[in-house]
Amino acid sequence: MKPAPFGYADPTSVAEALDVLAAEGDGAKVLAGGQSLIPLLSMRLAAPTALVDINRVAGLDRISASPDGVRVGALVRHAHLLASAEAAAVQPLLGRATANVAHPAIRNRGTTVGSIAHADPSGEMTAVLAVTDGSVTVARPDGSTTVGWRDLFVGPLETSLHGAAVVVDAFFPALAPRSGTAFAEIARRKGDYAVCGAAVVVTLDEDRRVAAARAAYLSVGAMPEVHDLTDAVGGKPVDSADWTAAGELARTLVDPDGDLHASADYRRLLVGALTARTLAEAAAEAERRTP
Amino acid sequence: MTTKYFGEPVRRREDARLVVGKGRYLDDIGADAYAAAFVRSPHAHARVVDVDVGPALDVEGLLAVYTYEDLTGPMAEPLPVLIPHPQLTHARTGYPLVKDVTRHVGEPIVMVVATDRYVAEDAAEKIAVTYEELPVVVGVDAAEAARVLVHDDVPGNIAARHHQETGDVEAALAASRHTLSFTQYVERSASMPMEGKGVHARWDDADSSLRVYSSTQASTSVRAAIAAKLQLSLEKVEVIAPDVGGGFGVKIVHPWPEELLVPMAARLLGHPVKWVEDRREHFVSSAHERQQRQEITVGYDDDGRITALDVLVWHDNGAYTPYGIIVPINTATQLLGPYDIPVYRAQVFSVYTNTVVVTPYRGAGRPQGCFAMERTMDRIAQERGLDRAEVRLRNLIQPDQFPYDWGLTFQDGRPLVYDSGNYPAMMAKLMALVDWAGFPARRAEAEARGRLLGIGMAPYVEGTGPGPYEGAHVQVLGSGKVLVSTGLTSQGQGHETVFAQLVASELGVPMEDVEVTTGDTRRFGYAVGTFASRAAVVSGNAVALAARGVREKALRIAADVLEVDASDLEIADGVVGVKGTPGATIPLRTVAVLSNPLRYAFDEAARQATQFAGTSDDSKPPVSPGDAPGLEHTDYYSPIRSTFASGAHAAVVEIDPATWEIEVVQYAVVHDCGTVVNPMIVEGQVHGGVAQGVGGALYERMAYDRDGQLLNASFMDFLMPYASEVPPVDIDHQSTPSPLNALGIKGAGEAGVIPGSAAIASAIEDAVGRRIAAMPISPSELYDLVRSPSAERVINSSPHETGAMA
Repeated sequence: MKPAPFGYADPTSVAEALDVLAAEGDGAKVLAGGQSLIPLLSMRLAAPTALVDINRVAGLDRISASPDGVRVGALVRHAHLLASAEAAAVQPLLGRATANVAHPAIRNRGTTVGSIAHADPSGEMTAVLAVTDGSVTVARPDGSTTVGWRDLFVGPLETSLHGAAVVVDAFFPALAPRSGTAFAEIARRKGDYAVCGAAVVVTLDEDRRVAAARAAYLSVGAMPEVHDLTDAVGGKPVDSADWTAAGELARTLVDPDGDLHASADYRRLLVGALTARTLAEAAAEAERRTP
Repeated sequence: MTTKYFGEPVRRREDARLVVGKGRYLDDIGADAYAAAFVRSPHAHARVVDVDVGPALDVEGLLAVYTYEDLTGPMAEPLPVLIPHPQLTHARTGYPLVKDVTRHVGEPIVMVVATDRYVAEDAAEKIAVTYEELPVVVGVDAAEAARVLVHDDVPGNIAARHHQETGDVEAALAASRHTLSFTQYVERSASMPMEGKGVHARWDDADSSLRVYSSTQASTSVRAAIAAKLQLSLEKVEVIAPDVGGGFGVKIVHPWPEELLVPMAARLLGHPVKWVEDRREHFVSSAHERQQRQEITVGYDDDGRITALDVLVWHDNGAYTPYGIIVPINTATQLLGPYDIPVYRAQVFSVYTNTVVVTPYRGAGRPQGCFAMERTMDRIAQERGLDRAEVRLRNLIQPDQFPYDWGLTFQDGRPLVYDSGNYPAMMAKLMALVDWAGFPARRAEAEARGRLLGIGMAPYVEGTGPGPYEGAHVQVLGSGKVLVSTGLTSQGQGHETVFAQLVASELGVPMEDVEVTTGDTRRFGYAVGTFASRAAVVSGNAVALAARGVREKALRIAADVLEVDASDLEIADGVVGVKGTPGATIPLRTVAVLSNPLRYAFDEAARQATQFAGTSDDSKPPVSPGDAPGLEHTDYYSPIRSTFASGAHAAVVEIDPATWEIEVVQYAVVHDCGTVVNPMIVEGQVHGGVAQGVGGALYERMAYDRDGQLLNASFMDFLMPYASEVPPVDIDHQSTPSPLNALGIKGAGEAGVIPGSAAIASAIEDAVGRRIAAMPISPSELYDLVRSPSAERVINSSPHETGAMA
């Protein structure tokens, strides 16, 4: 198939992009990396009236890491984030998750913020935004606002943003002290959308006991959700915590769907297995980061 | 001395061009052509009540819209049944555009032609078709139940009842010490070439002639079909297969509706028209393969030796039978493999369903047959408590039993006679290559790591190189260049390299001087096509014969010039010389010039052949009676029957019991295709075949739902293995030349795919201790199997209720 006719604008500033979006109404789509949007157009599964290509907008291609967290501009490609040592130092989950995004060619073109704005529940970065309690900066004609991940995702492939709005960056808070992260996913083929994936954070107290354990999953449920697993392992010394029990707890908390590639039951099995595996890894990192 | 080419791993000469993007594929041709697009049926079974093209007519750039009503003469008749068979009693084919009833999602109903494809799609989208939906048949079980008919006039949905036997199987089973019976399923997959189909047609009004480019495996027969359907004389139609980005069987079927409709439109519009299939179209309108239900009963003795085998196959042929019953015949005749089976009966019911047609995909019914036979061997081993390899070894045909005449008829209509082979030696090589005896230690090591390891093996025998014939033309030009052409087509296999190797060897010329053209009817008009692992066998022998003809003529002319006996001459590095006499030579290019006596010296070389050059003997006419000008020869090779290649695969799988992920960690292949022209190309064919075998075993399925909708019609959801999913392949060769052709060649193209599902199913079964009687299998399904109360997996249960297996 070939795309249906659409208008095209390539503004050089966010303000200009917002002008075009305001003029087009809800029919326009922002184009960044295009790794999801272009196939949808080609198959005529999406027929926007116009594409607002933000690739010429200056200043959106930066990663800025501070002690508070990592801010990722709307034109930062996955490969750029994957290679950023500064970002990894502040929030190690970013590199770990990005390494699992599709294949190198897609990582070279696709953007982290675009993937978040696409709100695909099988996306790596949507889960990471959730489990790190991140947010996005949304530019609108009347100014910029910060939108937390809980207010951003409203359904599969659906965000709360409509009309003239451009997500100009995503902010991932820094990894807290005495904390560790891990990421793992299982796909039918290497680089495919995950059948199931887990992004986790474990925090210890000063006595190296588990203070908090939380997880977000990929391809489980309609949109990203953070599950608190502290009940299964909280207060336990890190080296004797029963991560399998946390996996068992996670299995009771999720409500996955079945599809062509995996049954709901199989996804639940993977939630348990990946939870146990990643929490143990994250705890080991937390231990290393605990003085 | 001429470099040795035959049998050497000569680098593929086509690759440099293809990998740097200099290939010329169908879509690279005719940028100025009008574009065709199709309105395809969204329903699996429906009556077309009305087609309203009105809303499309104001689309700017629209040039023409065609429906069935616009087809005339033979175009308004059903498409041909390419391979009729007496047992195909209810053959049915579609029309180029649907007439009244559509029988699968994706059937073309309207063709739109516009200035470009975007506009054509815009217009197609606006055409309103009104349907009356009809009940749908999906899957062999529903076809057999026949509560709904795909074709009103085909009772029981049965297209063909195919039946062959070598003796009284029921008596032999009754007399057998043990018997066992079981049912199993194989799912649908498809060829899925990276380049889909495509057609470009150009009508020359002044000349009343048609040139068609098609991404086909059979350009000569496409030409004949176009000429017949468009009522053109054959010499007014030329068909060229340009570079073709893979075929794997789907492009041997012809004429596809588009191969007739695009030329028809080009002629009517007086302008080139092109159609390039997109991936979604390919999924729903090109062919699939593989789905069968197999009911197997085997008799065997205490030692596990088979005494009788009875196989009933329900074969899903999709909505139509354009390619006859070749696939199920292959299953029925080739499942026997390398085993000596005293009494055998095969019965096939080939049934209609409301799905895409089923025609050969690499392996063409053989992977299913191998799956039937090898699962049988594993079950006998389990029942008798024997090693799986031992059961196989006890049943092998022995080297002194060749030729082994089964008393059955093969897919080429000829007797099923194994020409040669050495199966015990082949199995011994495989067991050494995979270290079958050392496996228990590896399993224990894996268990210590918390992993389940399993091993499986599957040998096969493949009938290759069927006739009726292929031909070749070899010509030496005055420049020294050697032109080779075959009507047989190429889809990336390496024919350019292999045919050049053969000609360089036979003729004694450097390979760089040889230019090969395939699949261009302007160059060679007689051919059958590329399928059934036949190019090297049939065309290879034809090319060698044509080169020998040229050599003979060259030596005769050179003998006259050098005034020696032709038998004293040899050709090396493109120069004819007297054996053992340095200096007495004549370049082959000069022989080529002299072979064509001339009046006019159009260039310097030609001077030597003109009438006052003193080179001709005035006691004889310049061209002797019975001779012809030019240093060229055309020859044909027509095999008496197929050759039978063989091989054996072993797979080792590792399974993570926490996630039930399945990884093929080792894959070993022993391969015997007789004499090998180019071992590197043969190994490449094996690698590609193994990749498709892994795909069929673990990843690929056509997920039809009960309404006949294909739920995974994209590369996002139809999972072909990436390089990351294909294991490294260890290959050992064995060469048992065929006695049937001068070169001793057997085919190699399809072999690699045949035992994949059988070997991998056996390995998974070995790892988890549950029986597997349906493939492919995913981790999700393996999880269902290991926790199910039943020890046996028969039906593929998909989380989405799909109809194909149900």
